[in-house]
Amino acid sequence: MDDSFTHEPGNLPLARKLLVVNWGLVFLLCLVGAISIAMLYSAANGHMRPWATRQVLHFAEGFAILFAVALTDLRFWLKYAYVIYLISLLLLVLGDVSGTIGLGAKRWIALGPVQLEPSEVAKVALVLALARYFNGLPIDEVVRMRRLLAPLALIFMPTLLVLRQPDLGTAFLLSMIGAAMFFLAGVRWWKFAIALALVIAAIPVGWHFLHAYQKERLLGFLHPESDPLGAGYHIIQSKIALGSGGVFGKGFLRGTQSHLDFLPEKQTDFIFTTLAEEFGMVGGLTLLVLYALIFAYGFAIGLSSRNQFGRLVALGVTTMVFLYVFVNIAMVSGLVPVVGVPLPLVSYGGTALLTLMFAFGLVLCVSVHRDLRLPTRGGGSGSL
Amino acid sequence: MDRRDADRYKVLTRRAVLIGSAQIGLIGVLVGRLYDLEVVQASKYKLLARDNSISLRFIVPIRGRIFDRFGAELATNRRNYRVLLVPEQTNDVEATLDKLGDMLPIDTEQRRNIERLIEERDAFIPVTVASHLTWKQFASINVRIPSLPGVQLGVGLTRHYPMGTELAHILGYVGAPTQKNVQNNPLLELPGFQVGKSGIEKQYDLALRGKAGYRRVEVNAMGREVRELERNNGTPGSNINLTIDVRLQSFLSQRLAAHRVAAGVVLDAATCDVLAMASVPSYDPNDFVLGITNAEWHRLNDDHRHPLNDLAITGQFPPGSTFKPVVAMAGLECGAIQPDTKFFCPGYYKLGDAVFHCWKLGGHGLIGLQGAIEQSCDVFFYNVAHRTGIMNIAHMARRFGLGSPTGIDLPGEAPGLIPTPSWKEKALGRPWEPGETLIAGIGQGYVLTTPLQLAVMTARLSNGGYGVTPRMVRNPAVMAANDMPQSLARPTHTPLGFNRAHVELILSAMKLVTSNPYGTAYDQRITEPQFAMAGKTGTAQARHLKIRTIGLGRYKLVPWIERDHGLFICFAPEDTPRYAAAFVIEHGGESSRAAAIAHDVMLQAQLLAPLARPAASGLYGVAQETS
Repeated sequence: MDDSFTHEPGNLPLARKLLVVNWGLVFLLCLVGAISIAMLYSAANGHMRPWATRQVLHFAEGFAILFAVALTDLRFWLKYAYVIYLISLLLLVLGDVSGTIGLGAKRWIALGPVQLEPSEVAKVALVLALARYFNGLPIDEVVRMRRLLAPLALIFMPTLLVLRQPDLGTAFLLSMIGAAMFFLAGVRWWKFAIALALVIAAIPVGWHFLHAYQKERLLGFLHPESDPLGAGYHIIQSKIALGSGGVFGKGFLRGTQSHLDFLPEKQTDFIFTTLAEEFGMVGGLTLLVLYALIFAYGFAIGLSSRNQFGRLVALGVTTMVFLYVFVNIAMVSGLVPVVGVPLPLVSYGGTALLTLMFAFGLVLCVSVHRDLRLPTRGGGSGSL
Repeated sequence: MDRRDADRYKVLTRRAVLIGSAQIGLIGVLVGRLYDLEVVQASKYKLLARDNSISLRFIVPIRGRIFDRFGAELATNRRNYRVLLVPEQTNDVEATLDKLGDMLPIDTEQRRNIERLIEERDAFIPVTVASHLTWKQFASINVRIPSLPGVQLGVGLTRHYPMGTELAHILGYVGAPTQKNVQNNPLLELPGFQVGKSGIEKQYDLALRGKAGYRRVEVNAMGREVRELERNNGTPGSNINLTIDVRLQSFLSQRLAAHRVAAGVVLDAATCDVLAMASVPSYDPNDFVLGITNAEWHRLNDDHRHPLNDLAITGQFPPGSTFKPVVAMAGLECGAIQPDTKFFCPGYYKLGDAVFHCWKLGGHGLIGLQGAIEQSCDVFFYNVAHRTGIMNIAHMARRFGLGSPTGIDLPGEAPGLIPTPSWKEKALGRPWEPGETLIAGIGQGYVLTTPLQLAVMTARLSNGGYGVTPRMVRNPAVMAANDMPQSLARPTHTPLGFNRAHVELILSAMKLVTSNPYGTAYDQRITEPQFAMAGKTGTAQARHLKIRTIGLGRYKLVPWIERDHGLFICFAPEDTPRYAAAFVIEHGGESSRAAAIAHDVMLQAQLLAPLARPAASGLYGVAQETS
């Protein structure tokens, strides 16, 4: 009886698909993009070069990818989810072997003229792979322990590769994305409790594997004032930037902290401080509201889809973006250690932006194909 | 709806609501944190931002000095008083510049440059308004500083070249980095920072630059320093010892200066270290350091004699008869002629329908190799070239270092040209003609060499056939630090594999050039027997250059002079060669004028005898000479 449904909607003509694209979400992405360009213009002391111009180009490419992905048949992404996942693993291994070292971590590989950050791609690939896996698994199978070994492996492989780079922030995000997908798929509560206990037990062991600069950052987070010129420097300067912004900020292009070069990586991970310094609490809240609206769209799209794959992809991507936003803003405001997570859609950087636009393309694709029904395979055949 | 799917949709919805709520809660935490920082604690952080910010500032390293082989100072650093402007500390840049303009001469062009820099750079980076102030100007601004917001006075170091024009081409000069250099290197944006623009200054820029230091300073929100917290002075640039003997260099420059355009190179024959190398006309590098005026720049650039070019390494001339020793070696080494081979010179040579003339109308009669070099018989060498073939000649010329850059550690060296049939096919699209081999045999036609290449060729011949490479700098550590090839830092003397008897034969023929009354340079011989020099004259036709060098070189034919180039290569003392040299006078007419310079310079070189006493080693340099 399941198969009869697969031939239903899905194959809308392209023009029709364009009409049902969720334009509200596209509009919100444009708004955040505009904020990004403005802040990069400010971070370069009121110049389009070097970042703003290139970010405009990245956004143009990003929207092209977004629409291309959104208008593709959702079943295409279901079919190639594992292939994309394998490619992302391959890129991570390649990055491990031949990556160029940036800021103490092997994070970049050069694909011809393109600089690629494989760990960015890995996050979306993980969402796709887990969504495909759980799409083929009815709820009475999900609760079985042996059904969880394969998806756990799906999470661990990229996480371990990223840890080797070493990129703590991304490793954390990957495992959190995985956990969220497990949770949404219906894995039992007590299993999460056990996993959490295991992680806590592993912390002292993991400490020995950390690089000196990572330990410094963590300790610097705990006692920033103890070493104002060293490890605590980022956090102190970042907090000063935020705090001195006040309610309404110092005004566009007037931020002293970022313009006097107190802030490191002001165009990437610390871009939020420039916003909060120049536009104050009002500016920060505005961006947060825009993000919240984007998340709301993500949830609405996920919950209105008639297929489990689409639901998991939409909710997974939304959760991923949420984690980015939360970790980044918590990091620059001194709530969590500095781990090197960009602010989605706002931080300067090609791969991260293109990957995000790809991910939002998937969400739109789920939205376009919300009435599509995909078969749940019954019985013993989990599909790996 | 599928029942199984309905089940899991129910679970998913419930849990999505939970996750959504958690997210709302976490966003609430962020909002709370922002409220705490930006509202509750705002006044505290505003104070911190205003008063207690820490900034990193660069300290410009002192540029390394340059010495000659005995430690005489050739490039040094002088105190320089200057005015800087920090754009963001002044409310009205225009008004401040106006006020400064009343006290200092700032012309509109300088002013435009200053305004452009202010526009391009970060507002907190000081821009140099004027440098090299007199003490009076410095003092008058100093007392008005309170009424000039954003204006700072500084004492910097500026490059100074005591030898002026005499070493301009070798040392080059420093100048402000261009916008292209500046990208991604904040050090280069600092006011007063200079980089090498040509010569040794450019070639060894990285070593001379040193490593920047830094200061951590507390600054207020305006970027003004409150106090210094930490200081690291960086590493000053390495000092460099050149192979040059500045006394010989001066003598050579002054001797050449009698001619309109000329160049000379004196090498250590055994190692190829450059003892003196000069090119006239020259320029004063100090003009560039002080900021050359547009008018002066145009004057130098538009001068048809090209004073900015180092003729010794970029001038490409047909070697003329100075090429004959190479052709003779080619013929001997490949067996085309024997040491006792003789040819009859009737004053011309016929190849097919074409007739090639000897410079001597009546001809030299029956003549052997030694006589042909001594009297520079062209017909003899037409015969040799015809028998030897262009490929063998070209191969030999390359072994002597012709036809490609010698690899000296100076920028912009010209390659010269040793023609082959395949080169002609590619460059001109026409096949090689047999007559062109004959023309090449007397160093004319397509053959082009630089004065330095000719000197290297002479050194390789007079040292008995060792493949030495010329170099300017004596500190291996500096060379290594500047990515110079190992072969230059620690020279190896690889034999070129010549038959010793052949080399001796040609060297003794070159002795006859100056010692035999029939020799072409007998009048310019050095009469003191212990200083006697041997050599070879050369005259290169300039008239046909225009046609012959189309697309080959930079060399421009000047219409008002059609005289030939005079060339002379030589080594001395003639029995135990220590010094090898080449001299070229552009449009110098006869080679005897070049030989006359050689006479004076080679005599002076042996009187000064730079090779007879040990060179300063590491005394003046940070980098020690370790070899």
